[in-house]
Amino acid sequence: MNQLWKRLAGITLAGIMTASLAGCGGGSQASAGEDGAVKVGLLHSLTGSMAISETSVRDAEVLAIEEINAAGGVNGCQISYVEEDGASNPSTFATKAEKLIEEDEVATVFGCWTSSSRKAVKSVFEDYGNLLWYPVQYEGMETSENIVYMGAAPNQQIVPAIQYLVDQGYKKFFLLGSDYVFPRTANMIINAQLKAAGCEVVGEEYADMEQTEFSAIISKIEASGCDVIVNTLNGTGNVSFFKQMAEKNYTSEDYMTMSFSIAEEEVKTIGADILKGHMVSWNYYQTTEGEKNDAFVSAYKEKFGEDRVTSDPAEAAYDAVYMWAAACEKAGSFEVEDVLAALDGMSIDAPEGTITFDADNNHIYKPVRVGEIQEDGLIYTVYETNEAVKPDPYLTTYDWAVAADLQPLE
Amino acid sequence: MDQVLSMLFNGLSSSSIILLTSLGLAITFGLMRVINMAHGEFLMIGAYTTYCVQNFFKAYLPNVFDLYYFAAIAAAFAITFAFGCVLEKLVISRLYGREIDSLLATWGISLILQQAARSIFGSQGVFVTSPSFLSGGITLGGNTYSFNRLFILLVVAFCLLLVWFIQYQSNFGRQMRAVMQNRPMAQCMGINSRRVDCITFGIGSGLAGIAGCSVALLGSIDSTIGQSYIVNSFMAVVLGGVGKLLGTVFGSGIIGFFSILFENFTSSSIAKAIVLLIVIIFLQKKPQGLFVVRSRSLDE
Repeated sequence: MNQLWKRLAGITLAGIMTASLAGCGGGSQASAGEDGAVKVGLLHSLTGSMAISETSVRDAEVLAIEEINAAGGVNGCQISYVEEDGASNPSTFATKAEKLIEEDEVATVFGCWTSSSRKAVKSVFEDYGNLLWYPVQYEGMETSENIVYMGAAPNQQIVPAIQYLVDQGYKKFFLLGSDYVFPRTANMIINAQLKAAGCEVVGEEYADMEQTEFSAIISKIEASGCDVIVNTLNGTGNVSFFKQMAEKNYTSEDYMTMSFSIAEEEVKTIGADILKGHMVSWNYYQTTEGEKNDAFVSAYKEKFGEDRVTSDPAEAAYDAVYMWAAACEKAGSFEVEDVLAALDGMSIDAPEGTITFDADNNHIYKPVRVGEIQEDGLIYTVYETNEAVKPDPYLTTYDWAVAADLQPLE
Repeated sequence: MDQVLSMLFNGLSSSSIILLTSLGLAITFGLMRVINMAHGEFLMIGAYTTYCVQNFFKAYLPNVFDLYYFAAIAAAFAITFAFGCVLEKLVISRLYGREIDSLLATWGISLILQQAARSIFGSQGVFVTSPSFLSGGITLGGNTYSFNRLFILLVVAFCLLLVWFIQYQSNFGRQMRAVMQNRPMAQCMGINSRRVDCITFGIGSGLAGIAGCSVALLGSIDSTIGQSYIVNSFMAVVLGGVGKLLGTVFGSGIIGFFSILFENFTSSSIAKAIVLLIVIIFLQKKPQGLFVVRSRSLDE
């Protein structure tokens, strides 16, 4: 029955398609899919060290696509998705991005997590004039016509979180991160901000992405006499670091940490008993209040299992699909230029609150929330901004950042 | 003083972990000369076995939960031993004397095992809860020594003793060394060399399983866990001199201590590079490693 209905719908849609110019498919470079479907690409690491984080993002995108399809699709088209595995390897990301655009002729791509992978695919999207929806907070210092940055810019996550720590009276900061572009740029920003605030950075260390042995770094933390650790470790390194801190009987009372890459999903893998009391900074938590979020959380759990949790990147990825769909509806087209034009000033109601597209820099106005991890493995807001913060990827509105003349790392 | 002590302990602990992961390799690669790229995946199997045993105890034997770890060690050894024997029988025994082919074949097997782990356990990392007697650490004179790491030291000592006993004190060890040193002669003496190969490879793999069980305590378990340990292990075996147990002990010690030492003064990436450089220079001077097996064959 379902099959028949699909076919009928397909024939009807095919009829409409030939009649109207704005049919399904990605526009000039994309052919109309079968059954009147528009094709999008999903590009995440399903294997390798980043798979621990990226799987949840991919799941959220699939959920949003299915919800939109169930509600009738976009511009009368069902969304179908082609999935590729970036395998935690930037050059694989670039190859797969090219494959999605060239071979599969997708209308747009939702993908990436690490900044290295985003930087690797950036030129691909610019060359082909396609559009990437990037769901994760990142270090800023970048804008591209062909990327929509759904996650927080530094002034929507890092800067307010450090300000919060300074306001709480922390004086000696230890910066710990994985060795790649996000932690290094984040720490460059944090160094400038702390200097202006009159605080001291007593140590700065970077660990390899695959590192499992943290005892030397922990010794350095002990020797530094810091009172808070700013943690930008990414992927499995977090598990090893916190487990090895716990081995030495350290809790959040001995060394408070503020993490920028630990969300609900990571808390589950590291263990809430180890992480309780530690702080994180994001724009959204599973516990964020609101009807939209209740619906999102219950749909997510229903589809992927009661034990799954939603997180900030997953929520941003979910929003990305909805925002793309809304822009396509408004434009009546799937063409990248039309979609970008339609996005100008567009707002949607998301689980984290109302979010607005900022055409100045292709980023999003977002509320900022500092949270504390509690024993149940969830994160509860301890501080939040009154309204959505305007994205400022180059930190041009901060005097200390301008004075420090921050430059993007390449 | 505290700092020096803490550095020594960290170095010792890091060496012991490397040694534990290289012991099995010292047998399969050192003695048997099989470049087993799937060795890291045996470690992964050991780690996942620990996870499964933990879940089993949680569900069915919650009142003796702490004992799960000992059951896990035994299970990890048994399962990887069996896996090793099967792999040897099905693949490696057909490729003796063809190092490159066996390297490629075992690499393929390593990919298959990784993907299998992802299909069974998902790509999300899982973790084990340390038994209560191993959580936390003991504080002595300003330094905290974690029970996990002290326990791993014990496990390493035990494994080392076991390997030494098997290799140098038991009848089977004598047969094993005879086969590895001069196969035709050993066969003439009536030793079933096929059987010896199979069991030897099994023991090497089983040791990787025990190593997996131990590293499960230190971080998360996912399908790539083997990869993060395997490079250091190969390096330790080569540095120590292929074929010598004592060589592997020293090889692991050098890599472990130097990594920690340099990391204290530089960063972890630089420390890694320095250690690698030292190993390269050393092998330039002494290509056979620290300890050389004396042999009468002409090709060595």
